[in-house]
Amino acid sequence: MAVPFPFSAIVGQDEMKLALLTGAVDPGIGGVLVFGDRGTGKSTAVRALAALLPKMRAVDGCRYGCDPDGGERLCEACRAAAKHGPLKSHLVPVPVVDLPLGATEDRVVGALDLERALAHGEKAFEPGLLARANRGFLYIDEVNLLEDHLVDLLLDVAASGENVVEREGLSVRHPARFVLVGSGNPEEGELRPQLLDRFGLSVEVRTPDDLPTRIEVVRRRDAYERDPQAFIHAWQRQDSKLRRRLVSARERLSGVDVPDAALERAAKLCMALGTDGLRGELTLMRAARALAALEGDAEVGDSHLRRVAPAALRHRLRRNPLDESGSTVRVERALAEQFGE
Amino acid sequence: MTEQDPQSPGPAAWSDAVLAAALVAVDPAGLGGVCVRAPAGPVRDTWLELLREFLPPGTPLRRVPLHAGDERLLGGLDLAATLGAGRPVAERGLIAEADGGVLLLPMAERITAGAAARITAALDAGEVLVERDGLALRIPARVGVVAFDEGAEADERPPPALIERLAFAVDLDPVSTRDVADEGPPPEAVHAARRRLRDVRSTDAVCEALCTAAQALGIGSLRAPWFALRAARAAAALAGRDEVAEADAALAARLVFSPRATLLPAPEEAPEAPEPPPEAPEPENESSTTPDRPLEDVVLEAALAALPPELLARLRQGLAPRSRAQGQGRAGAVQKSRLRGRPAGTRAGEPRAGARLNLVETLRAAAPWQPLRRRQAGADARRVLVRRDDFRITRFKQRSPSTTLFAVDASGSAALHRLAEAKGAVELLLADCYVRRDQVALLAFRGTGAEMLLPPTRSLTRARRCLAALPGGGGTPLAAGLDLALELALNLERRGESVTLVVLTDGRANIARDGQPGRPRAAEDALAAARLLRGRPLASLVVDTAPRPEPFAQRLAAEMGAVYLPLPHADAARLTRAVQSARPSGT
Repeated sequence: MAVPFPFSAIVGQDEMKLALLTGAVDPGIGGVLVFGDRGTGKSTAVRALAALLPKMRAVDGCRYGCDPDGGERLCEACRAAAKHGPLKSHLVPVPVVDLPLGATEDRVVGALDLERALAHGEKAFEPGLLARANRGFLYIDEVNLLEDHLVDLLLDVAASGENVVEREGLSVRHPARFVLVGSGNPEEGELRPQLLDRFGLSVEVRTPDDLPTRIEVVRRRDAYERDPQAFIHAWQRQDSKLRRRLVSARERLSGVDVPDAALERAAKLCMALGTDGLRGELTLMRAARALAALEGDAEVGDSHLRRVAPAALRHRLRRNPLDESGSTVRVERALAEQFGE
Repeated sequence: MTEQDPQSPGPAAWSDAVLAAALVAVDPAGLGGVCVRAPAGPVRDTWLELLREFLPPGTPLRRVPLHAGDERLLGGLDLAATLGAGRPVAERGLIAEADGGVLLLPMAERITAGAAARITAALDAGEVLVERDGLALRIPARVGVVAFDEGAEADERPPPALIERLAFAVDLDPVSTRDVADEGPPPEAVHAARRRLRDVRSTDAVCEALCTAAQALGIGSLRAPWFALRAARAAAALAGRDEVAEADAALAARLVFSPRATLLPAPEEAPEAPEPPPEAPEPENESSTTPDRPLEDVVLEAALAALPPELLARLRQGLAPRSRAQGQGRAGAVQKSRLRGRPAGTRAGEPRAGARLNLVETLRAAAPWQPLRRRQAGADARRVLVRRDDFRITRFKQRSPSTTLFAVDASGSAALHRLAEAKGAVELLLADCYVRRDQVALLAFRGTGAEMLLPPTRSLTRARRCLAALPGGGGTPLAAGLDLALELALNLERRGESVTLVVLTDGRANIARDGQPGRPRAAEDALAAARLLRGRPLASLVVDTAPRPEPFAQRLAAEMGAVYLPLPHADAARLTRAVQSARPSGT
């Protein structure tokens, strides 16, 4: 698809849109998992988000798209260059890289550059998808069908933010910090618990069941397919408004205050739900802060916590794995207890 | 339309199939394609021949063999060209080769969820994304898919994710060669419609009517009304119209909605039609005779009229068709086990005895040495010199999947006692299976026979749903239950899976193998069936669900060579431990 569907033209699916936006405001939240019915526009939303993201600065000629102000996070080449003065940079779109099913390991982590090796006998590293996704998003559609050995690779890199390649006599390490975005249908199979835990937010999407919404979805889809350019033009203002909101939210993010009361609320909520480890609380806090920044609020309040809690916690409950639909209900119940109706 | 003989659905099914072929030919990529339920045979061949004629000359048609690997499906490195040119040369896969045309999937019911997902990704994006063998390609692939569903059993269906993305589903099963009439639009008309399609407009009312009808029929996915809208436009183009007429919308609704319907609309939705019209409507006439009727009703009625009678009856009883509405997510787990394990890296070694040479890794191994070898051999610099020590073979991780098979006694006696608790016990064990990534299968016996409720699957959501919906009541055909369990276990074993059988019963067998009531014979048959299970290399566990430990259940377990566990004393931990100890070893 040459031009993606505009993000602001997506009808309904507010939780999914909100999760994707908060995930984009603060990459530290750790990605978004979108699970749900077929034909609900999961992939459409992710691709739309790609078009919405503001451009970023990247070091000229860097294969990993290093941030000129990256400091510790620079790749080796950039770090060496930085010693000789400031790095030159230019604006690039934020990478949103697809990891298609059927991808082979060498393309994911990177490998010996076959062309140069065969033609010139040179031993050179050809970066893979993880390198391309650095500082951006890595999107896996049908994430539950991804081969296990690729999942293992992803888990490792997503945790460390660094890709270490030791193969074919190559020894390369490069930064690979990306936001993992996955989508899938739970009926095709479960997601491995380790991978599930990697996603900061998890949203469930359902097909809308009220008629006006459904009609609007089909109508907009149709308008888009018939004349993509005109449709995008019509939504351009909305999209750039949203983009500005995203940019200012990012700027504001570090200034958003997290009062002790909110921290306590979050801790109590997690305790009541019995989530494993501290990741739940951390994610909840970060997501609430990103949401506050997105809405232009100066500090995190109950309403923010309340709105992001289901997405931040539902996949972390020490749960009866069979009770998938129940986990949302459990979070809602705990929320009602903590915050009152 | 043609004249219809109410006795035989054949001619109607055929003309619908021809129409679907024509519409797909008008807009292959837009409509996704068609699922054709038909065995291989002359009827199907004729249909395919028609489709070929409808498509403009030179349109690519690619057949995807069932077990096509990723390198064929998606594309990869062209070995011959690569070796010849001395640099990597990409080869397009089948999906990309079919760009602008049609992809044929014979035996679509056996396609794996993984392969289906690769195809659906291409359908969604209109291009193939290849990240393989050191290549990163983005190749256009605007294709339509023709999936031939040759499943004999009701639960053998192509992956739902694939069916969902095909606008039409036609059934050629009832069509005999006699019904195959030379009809449908002439190919030139289809070609002309293809050119006209871009200019066909549709009013908002059509869009609304189609959405309303889809919802009234209980069709959740929004792809359905969207496909119907496109189909209506293609139909209008075919009819030579510039604007979608009522007849087009009705036709689209019939072809797109009726295979997807899961419920009958509430009566007030169609008050004008108190008697359900058994014969297909004739849209042309309808549009002229009843111009005052709301479009929604026309569309809805068209879809309703095309529902097969038995489906209609089931829908009336409030039972959704299992095959479509609930039969989801089955394909993946079952078929994956047929692979020779998953690729798990490569190692040096020779491609002998079934070991598969990994071309790319072999070339990578050879690459660094090329300048040296060329100098030694004095060879032309374009050739790649590969030696024996460069060979790399693919390692496969053969994880033999294990399946836990639950045979649940859902008879009246068990229901009275503790069916609910038995369900609880199964849920506990399911949770355990989830942790170990086992597959689960569920069969129940009650009344006069046993029934497979859930074929092996990894989706616990489905297992749970299936279990919750399990009704209780009737006799206890224990022997039939054990026989079915044995049959399934043997099937799974043949595929190299290890099987754990968990039988939950109160042991009160009272229906013999032949379905006749009578305690003594039933007990005898049950023990005989249990003896057949002994001697099989499968781990088994009998959970006694009677309120007090039942001697017969104990004897049954002994005959089966199974671990015996009375439920009254079974708590979560003990159940899990019992299953684990029953398991042969490892995992």
